Amino acid sequence: MVDFDLTQEQIMVRDLARAFALKDVAPHAHAWDEQSRFPVEAVKKMGELGLMGVAVPSEWGGAGFDTVSYVLAMEEISAACASTAVTMSVNNSLVCDPLLKFGTDAQKAEWLTPLAEGRKLGCFALSEPASGSDAGAAQCFAELSADGTYYTVNGTKNWITNGPDADVCVLIAVTERGKGNRGMTAFISPMPSEGLTVGAHEKKLGIKASSTSQLVYSNVKIPVSLRLGGVGDGFKVAMTTLDGGRIGIAAQALGIARAAYEASVRYSQERMAFGAPISQLQAIQFKLADMATRLDAARLLTLRAAMLKDQKGRHSKESAMAKLFASEAAMWITTQAIQVFGGNGYVKDFPVERHFRDAKICEIYEGTSEIQRLVIAASALKEVGA
Amino acid sequence: MRDLQPQAGQAQVLDLARVAARELLAPSATDNDRAERFPEEAMRHLARSGLFGINVSKAYGGLEAGVVAYALAVRELASACAGTTVGLMVTNMVAEAIARFGDEAQRQRWLPGLLSGAHAAASFCLSEPGSGSDAASLRATARRDGDHYVLDGTKAWITSGGRAGLYLVMARTSPDGGSRGISAFIVEAGTPGLCATKPEDKLGMRASVTTQIVLDGCRVPSANLLGAEGDGFKVAMGSLDGGRIGVAAQACGIAVAAQRCALDFARGGRADGAALSEQQSTQWLIADNAAELDAGWLLVLRAAALKDKGAPHSREAAMAKVFCTEMASEVASRALQVLGEAGEDSRHSAERNLRDARVTRIYEGTSEVQRIVIARECLKALS
Repeated sequence: MVDFDLTQEQIMVRDLARAFALKDVAPHAHAWDEQSRFPVEAVKKMGELGLMGVAVPSEWGGAGFDTVSYVLAMEEISAACASTAVTMSVNNSLVCDPLLKFGTDAQKAEWLTPLAEGRKLGCFALSEPASGSDAGAAQCFAELSADGTYYTVNGTKNWITNGPDADVCVLIAVTERGKGNRGMTAFISPMPSEGLTVGAHEKKLGIKASSTSQLVYSNVKIPVSLRLGGVGDGFKVAMTTLDGGRIGIAAQALGIARAAYEASVRYSQERMAFGAPISQLQAIQFKLADMATRLDAARLLTLRAAMLKDQKGRHSKESAMAKLFASEAAMWITTQAIQVFGGNGYVKDFPVERHFRDAKICEIYEGTSEIQRLVIAASALKEVGA
Repeated sequence: MRDLQPQAGQAQVLDLARVAARELLAPSATDNDRAERFPEEAMRHLARSGLFGINVSKAYGGLEAGVVAYALAVRELASACAGTTVGLMVTNMVAEAIARFGDEAQRQRWLPGLLSGAHAAASFCLSEPGSGSDAASLRATARRDGDHYVLDGTKAWITSGGRAGLYLVMARTSPDGGSRGISAFIVEAGTPGLCATKPEDKLGMRASVTTQIVLDGCRVPSANLLGAEGDGFKVAMGSLDGGRIGVAAQACGIAVAAQRCALDFARGGRADGAALSEQQSTQWLIADNAAELDAGWLLVLRAAALKDKGAPHSREAAMAKVFCTEMASEVASRALQVLGEAGEDSRHSAERNLRDARVTRIYEGTSEVQRIVIARECLKALS
């Protein structure tokens, strides 16, 4: 039955996230951005609230809610601070999710539970200096020891969100050269580790309060017990993980876009021009109408992808659509928001300048808009009778 | 969001529409467009299968299937022939208006016939040469004369004009009072004083016939007044409110057809030695079409589900209409780009889809009117 309603539980999670975001995140977002300061306290509280493992079953330390709840919570946190939201998204989608799906019970007990409880923070390492979208071209190599008990990892991973603050990394490395996608394997890589250097903080355009760095592996030993999934399954682990991660980033984009939209609506009712609030001008009304419409369309695509993930259906195409549409909507909506604010939109005294900078990354990480289009087109061309 | 699967009754209506689209509409869609031919027989078939009253009670011959089912059916039919579908949509709108605002005698008098193929269509007469978006300023008059009203004026852009069996006409019963001075009447075809002008020569929707309706001393029994005197604007707006969801669904159907063309062509065509489908330039057009189509359809389903529940939905319906109708133009345009020169050839539906899409941004509330509705709701919500 066609039913767009949220469950009581989903509404509860959303309201909890909203209350927390308004009280403990929004008031600090501007300063954190200004100072490029990682929101340690907020992340800790999110752990206590269950927001670092929203969709992880309670037996593994998570909050035990569904992906729709996760999306709703992400939007709320992101509307307050997109940097805090991406920290949450990476831990939930890119670390907890693959551990839950591919981990052994022992791995889950040791790593998933503290991650989901927010006692540890995770990061995810796939991209490298010379390979982003072309993930199959990764070079970072993990060599199995002669006695078969550990791997030695060498290589550099790039643009690692949470890298400087993480306690563990889900690492994708090559275990058999020349086999491309089928020669990759996933690992649980504890941090810190001997030989593992966390690079300097990247100086970014947006999401400045989130931490991003390189991870340089130099003869880092990882025991075989920390291999995640089978040998050669790394690409599959990565792609499956990103199918979920994209839903999180779509939700992040929604939050940024909503914040910019709501700020614009309020500002338009206060700012006077030609003797009346600018909200009375069609030029402004039409922008607000288009912002609201794209925001709603993006949210529906995102909720659909989340719902399909919860129903254990295939959702690669739907996740890609949600991520593509929501991130481009966020970029467009924040651009319009600055236009509604005029000169005030261009200065840091008003929040839309930050929203605009924060929006851009959503079109790039966890699969660029271009990668999403490849995924969608391939899927559409394959569908029979479409 | 909990589920997007149609339930059994909705799926049945969809199946009905799918069969009708395939067997009744698709085979003649290109010819009807070229010849500007109103598909009289197909329309009567659609009526007999219940599709003229998708939301009308079964007691009067309707399907009683709800707004989601209506959207599903309209999308399906419009993907075969949008021109035929608009005639069906307007007829549904009139049937629903009779069911909702008419008294029992009026329902018994008009609905069973309309819903069993007695007429090829019904028409909705609100706009005038001097009033489109600003409907409340309409000038047609209805003067009381004993147990009759005498209607005078000209109605413009009337879908199925001259071919319809029933005309729902909005006319002014009070010279002042703005929107409150308007009343709604059912005028039967053949009533002296009602005549259709020569059909308009249109860009698209050419299987639908569009005329002016000239009312010249047209005497209508007072039993044909729908609702009370002064209710006409309410009748009109109440009808259009659901109409917007219908047009949005229709636009989705047009876009579906265009995307189907693009996909078929991309799978088969080649350029520079490679399959078109392997070129990113083609893939991008297809991907954007697919994502926007899904986004639009979700907006339609949401508005329809709200309306089915009896919940407020004017903001959502307006969003669905403005997004989907503009999306359909974009999607059809991109499809044409995939087809290249072949797109100009009417053997592919893309060029018809492009022409058909354009008017959806205009009728039943222009994009501009939708944006005004949305902005008003947005400003209210956050003031």
